[in-house]
Amino acid sequence: MGNGPAGEAKTTYREALREALREALDADERVFLMGEDVGRYGGCFGVSLGLLEEFGPKRIRDTPLSESAFVGAGIGAAMAGLRPIVEIMTVNFSLLALDQILNNAATVLHMSGGQFPVPLVIRMTTGAGRQLAAQHSHSLEGWYAHIPGIRVLAPATIEDARHMLAPALADPDPVLIFEHGTLYSASGDLDPAAGPVDLDTASVRRPGTDISLITYGGCLPKAMAAADTLAADGISAEVVDLRTLRPLDDATITGSVARTHRAVVVDEAWRSGSLAAEVSSRITEQVFYELDAPVERVCSAEVPIPYARQLEEAALPQAVDIVKAAHRAVD
Amino acid sequence: MTAARTPKPAANPVRTARTANPARTAKAPRRTRPDTAGADTSHDRDLLRAMLLIRRFEERCVELYSAAKIRGFVHLYIGEEAVAVGVSEALTPDDAVVSTYREHGHALARGIPAEAVMAEMYGKATGCSHGRGGSMHLFDAGHRFYGGNAIVGGGLPLAAGLALADRMRGEPRVTCCFFGDGALAEGEFHETANLAALWGLPLLLACENNLYAMGTALPREHAQTDLAMRAASYGMAAWAVDGMDVHAVERAARQAVEGIRAGSGPHFLELRTYRFRAHSMYDPDRYRDKAEIEQWKERDPIATLTERMRARSEWDDKALATIERLVAEEIDQAVEASEKAPTEPAEDLLRFVTSRSAEVN
Ligand SMILES: Cc1ncc(C[n+]2csc(CCOP(=O)(O)OP(=O)(O)O)c2C)c(N)n1
Ligand SMILES: [Mg+2]
Repeated sequence: MGNGPAGEAKTTYREALREALREALDADERVFLMGEDVGRYGGCFGVSLGLLEEFGPKRIRDTPLSESAFVGAGIGAAMAGLRPIVEIMTVNFSLLALDQILNNAATVLHMSGGQFPVPLVIRMTTGAGRQLAAQHSHSLEGWYAHIPGIRVLAPATIEDARHMLAPALADPDPVLIFEHGTLYSASGDLDPAAGPVDLDTASVRRPGTDISLITYGGCLPKAMAAADTLAADGISAEVVDLRTLRPLDDATITGSVARTHRAVVVDEAWRSGSLAAEVSSRITEQVFYELDAPVERVCSAEVPIPYARQLEEAALPQAVDIVKAAHRAVD
Repeated sequence: MTAARTPKPAANPVRTARTANPARTAKAPRRTRPDTAGADTSHDRDLLRAMLLIRRFEERCVELYSAAKIRGFVHLYIGEEAVAVGVSEALTPDDAVVSTYREHGHALARGIPAEAVMAEMYGKATGCSHGRGGSMHLFDAGHRFYGGNAIVGGGLPLAAGLALADRMRGEPRVTCCFFGDGALAEGEFHETANLAALWGLPLLLACENNLYAMGTALPREHAQTDLAMRAASYGMAAWAVDGMDVHAVERAARQAVEGIRAGSGPHFLELRTYRFRAHSMYDPDRYRDKAEIEQWKERDPIATLTERMRARSEWDDKALATIERLVAEEIDQAVEASEKAPTEPAEDLLRFVTSRSAEVN
């Protein structure tokens, strides 16, 4: 999970994202970053801090509070041959640009009969856990994963934070990258051997034999912690990090379940109509006869995320919930 | 400077005919207190106390945030108190207020008890949003306070809807919507301004121009920085006001509210102010000059008012000390009550998700 030994932390998830931006800006002069407060302020979560000084205001562009306009401008610039990286502060605010993302970015290539690809990267924060209440905490990446024409990524490790951007920029179509707000300060050693991520594959973060914990993004650390607890209970859990939410890597998911015969899908979004539902459905469609127990799901309670700490904690999937679900499947 | 920068548009006969609503004049508008802005000691004392309550309340919030009693995003209003207090003076309890995430001042000036606001920041059951909202989402139906909205511009269409309902029912009420200079860049502002002007809605658009949208200075956010002029282009009365002078704000707000009640449609006030503190508790404030902040502090709305009162001589340090003491007591009580208040039990997590689940308990 990129959490190196205490006291030896070499880099943070935030710094890894920044390094990836720096590399992309260095590598290709068509690349530029734009969004609210990405420049002078340094990014609302500090990701782009220092890049304005390094690359100048033409390539690190502060925008007005106009999500629809600057996302739409990113689409146009991408169609014109540039490689914009657009930052939206949080997924909740991306709803003001949803029209541009869904009705333009995802459709133009198709509507134009293949004439106009949109090589755009959009980054945004997602998720809860910081007591920011119901307009700053939701996990709507599953909605975006519903849309054909775009690719949806959720880096959960420092390596993926560092190495997903380059292949995302190389993708000729729109790519949405969801950064979970609780991960920015996660620190650890960046594996020097890590290179560009294959955006078509999920990753097995921990091998196991008794049950598959299938998750992504901010829930990965919780699933890893649950796997530790389960190991102490004598249950060997495999942890699968989806990391690409669209298109889903069916082979890795079903391969894992075919080995372990049990699955818990963990997703911080609400259960109804969720990505967890999609994953669960694919498992039953493709490896139903491998299953020794019904697929379990651990999702957020069906409530707008509340402010008060104990309520927020109760609303979100926690490691203990994952452990309980695993026991239900195994016992 | 309350000088009308943009004169009220001449009555448009077409629009008047289209929106004429006899029911609107059926009820006499309820009166606010008489306009005594800048002339009356007891009124000034009220204004001062209201501004001091906001200032000291938020200073306490900073301490409580450091002590981890309050969490989440907290946006301070310190420096902008004259705006909330001056505008609220022009509103009656029947009017409605729609606010932003920077809304402690609006809520307190509206009369929501400090205790209910503080308890909400604590995430307690006695909070004005039952611990669900926190600092950015204060709500109070009793005070017709329709919430802190944390989507920039998000409150504007909603406010237009409240005003529309009053318009359709012939209620002589005004809806006041607060928002920042940054919100003028959002499409929702422009859509709402057009709609409200087109339909002649009883809407007060109170734009708090504090010169920054987070770390982005006004001229880096807007091609045309004359915000009142832009609002006027939608065909509504709009002018700029010195938002550091509570008397100027009150006078302008009364004039605007009167115009709205008289049926001349939405009014826009550009209230020129400044936030003395960072955007939020997370903001290291790297994007502006310390000297600029100090300069604006010389125009501190609270000091400006006390000096004006002192000059009228019916005012001294003792009187100020009395108000400070009363305010401190009110805040102490709010903190004490919030400390003692029960938390919402986690079993009630799903309460308020639907109206039916709100009834449970
Ligand atoms: C739609 C949307 N985009 C971005 C944000 C993040 N954000 C919160 S406050 C803020 C600045 C708003 O500035 P302004 O409207 O001037 O109000 P102020 O904070 O100065 O009172 C930003 C960018 C948000 N909350 N909502
Ligand atoms: Mg502002």
